Amino acid sequence: MNKYVFRRLLVAIPSLLIASLIVFTLPRLLPGDVVQLMLEEKAYGKDLDELRAKLGLDRPIYIQYWEWLGKIGRGDLGESLWTRRPVVEELLRRLPVSLELGLLALFFSILIALPIGVLAAVRQDTLSDYVARSLAILGLSVPGFWIATLVVLLPAIWWGWSPPIQFTEFAKDKWAHISQFLLPAFILGIASAAAIMRLTRAMLLEVLRQDYVRTAWAKGLREGIVVVKHSLKNAIIPVVTVMGIQIAQILGGTVIFEQIFGLPGMGRFLFDAINQRDYPVIQGVNLIIVSVVVLMNLLVDAMYAFLDPRIRY
Amino acid sequence: MADHVSALDAPRAIATPAAPHPLRLAWLFCRRKPLGAFGGLLVLLMIVMAVFANWIAPYSYDETIRGARMKAPGSQFWMGTDNLGRDIFSRVVYGARVSVSVGFGAVLLANFLAAVIGITSGYFGGKYDICVQRVVDAWQSFPFLVVILSIMAVLGPGLLNVILALGVLGASAGSRVIRGATIGVIQNQYIEAARAVGAGHLRIMVHYVFPNVAATIIILATIGLGAAILAESALSFLGFGVPPPYPAWGAMLSGSGRSYMYTAPWMAIWPGAAISLAVFGFNMLGDALRDLLDPRLRGSGGGRLR
Repeated sequence: MNKYVFRRLLVAIPSLLIASLIVFTLPRLLPGDVVQLMLEEKAYGKDLDELRAKLGLDRPIYIQYWEWLGKIGRGDLGESLWTRRPVVEELLRRLPVSLELGLLALFFSILIALPIGVLAAVRQDTLSDYVARSLAILGLSVPGFWIATLVVLLPAIWWGWSPPIQFTEFAKDKWAHISQFLLPAFILGIASAAAIMRLTRAMLLEVLRQDYVRTAWAKGLREGIVVVKHSLKNAIIPVVTVMGIQIAQILGGTVIFEQIFGLPGMGRFLFDAINQRDYPVIQGVNLIIVSVVVLMNLLVDAMYAFLDPRIRY
Repeated sequence: MADHVSALDAPRAIATPAAPHPLRLAWLFCRRKPLGAFGGLLVLLMIVMAVFANWIAPYSYDETIRGARMKAPGSQFWMGTDNLGRDIFSRVVYGARVSVSVGFGAVLLANFLAAVIGITSGYFGGKYDICVQRVVDAWQSFPFLVVILSIMAVLGPGLLNVILALGVLGASAGSRVIRGATIGVIQNQYIEAARAVGAGHLRIMVHYVFPNVAATIIILATIGLGAAILAESALSFLGFGVPPPYPAWGAMLSGSGRSYMYTAPWMAIWPGAAISLAVFGFNMLGDALRDLLDPRLRGSGGGRLR
C-alpha cells in the first residue's frame, strides 16, 4: 500500500512539472503588456524599460521559469505586480474559502447522488427510475450560473429576500459563515451529482446481475444488506474515480459562483488577475489549483486499495 | 474505466448494403427511444432557428426599439425587451447561431484532435504512449474553466477563438477513450494480416483502425455537443465569449443587464431557458444514440464541462 502510494507520487511529479510549465508560459502569451497597463499611456520608452527591469520581466523567459521553480521550492510564489503583496499570503487567505465551497459542493453532490443512484438501479425501469434519470439529464443541462442567478433574483422579486452578499468571517459569526456557503455549494454540486448518480446507477446495475448477488438473495438476506454490502461496495470504484474528476470541475466552477455570491475565494482572485495581466498571481493560483487536483486524485487512487482489498500494486 | 471500452463492429453493421431506408430507421429510433427523439426535435428546432434567424426574428438583434425599454412579454414582444429596448425573442433566435456554430465547430476540432492523439498513442504504444499520456494527464488536471479563461485571455474574445479554445481543451478526455478503443482494435488478427501484406503504419491507422473506432468517436461527439454549448455559455457569462452587441445566450445573462433584472426578470429567464433546452436536447439525443450504438459506454460520464 505504502509502496503503491509512493509510486503514484513518482508518476505525479512529471505531470506536475509539465503543468507548471503550462502554468508559467500561458499567462505570458497574454496580449497586452502588464507594464504598459500599469503606466497607462503616460509612459515614455525609458520608463517602460526601467519598470520592466525592476519587475524582472526583461530577462529571457527560461531564466524566469527556472528562478520561479526555485522560489516555489522555498515556498515563495512571488508578489502581485499590482499590489506588491506576496501571492502566498493572499492565497492562504483565499484558499480556505474556495476549498470550503468546493468540498461542501462535493459533499452535497455525493449526498444527493448515491441514494438516488442506488434507488434508480434497484427499481430499474420503474417510474422512480425514469424520474431520476430525467432529472439527472436535466441537472447536466441547466447551467449552474443560471440557477444561481434565478435563486438570487426570484426570491428578491417575490418576497424581497435575497441571500447575503456580504462575506462573514468564521471567527466573527460561525453560523452566518457556514450558511452563506450552503446555497452556492448546493447549486454548484447539482451538476456533479447528476454525473455521479448516472454512473452509480449504471455500475450497480451491472453488479446486481452477478451470481454472488443472486446467492445473497437466495440466502435470504435483507434487501438493504444485499444492495449496500454486497453490491454497492463492488460497484463503487469507478464512481470514486468520477468523483476525483468532479473535484477539478467543481474547483473550476468556483470561479463563477464566487462572482455571483460575492465570496472572496481563489476563483475571483484569478478572474481579476487575468483581467489585470498579473502574472505571478495567475501562475500562483493555477499552480495551487492544479496541485490540489493532483493531490485529490492521488487520494482517490489510494482509496481504491482501501475499498477493494484485492487491489494491490 | 474508459480504457476497457473496446471497439464494436457496430459501424460495419450499419454500413452494410442491406441497411433499411433512412426514414424507416428514423421511425424505428422514434419508437424505441421516444425521449431521444424528443431531444432530436429540440436539436432540429435549434438548428432551424440558427440557419433561418433572419426570417424568424421579427427585429434585428441590435435594433433599439424606441419607447420600448424593459417592456414585459406580450403580443408585440413575445419575450419582452431588455434595458436597451431590444427585442429579447429576436436576440434569443440570433443567439442560437453562436451556440450551434461553437458547438459543432468545437466538437469537430476536439474529436479530430482526440482521434489523432488517441489512435497514434494506442497504436504505437511504448515510450511515445507514455510521454503523450503524461501530457494528457497534466492537461486534464487543470480545471476546465480555469484553463479556458487563461486561453481566452490569450486569444481574445471572438467566435473562432472560442471554437479553438474549446476544441483543443475538449480533446484530452476523448483521446483517452479513443486510445482505449484503439488498443482493443489492434489486438485483432486483421491488423496483423494487414501488416503481413505490407501496409504501412499510416495506412493501417486510417483504413483499419479508424473505421473500427468510429462508433466511439460518433458517441463522444454527440455527448460533447451539449457540453460544448454549456461551456460556451459559461465563457460568455464571464465576458470571454463572442463580443457584443452580437447576442450569445450566456452573455445575455450577465454584464450591464444584471442590475435591471430585478425590475425586468424576463431578461434573466429566457436566455437561460434557451441554453437549458438546447443542451437538454443534445444530451437526450446523445444518450439515446449511445444506448443504440454502444451499450457498453452507457453511463460512463457524459462528462459535463462547466
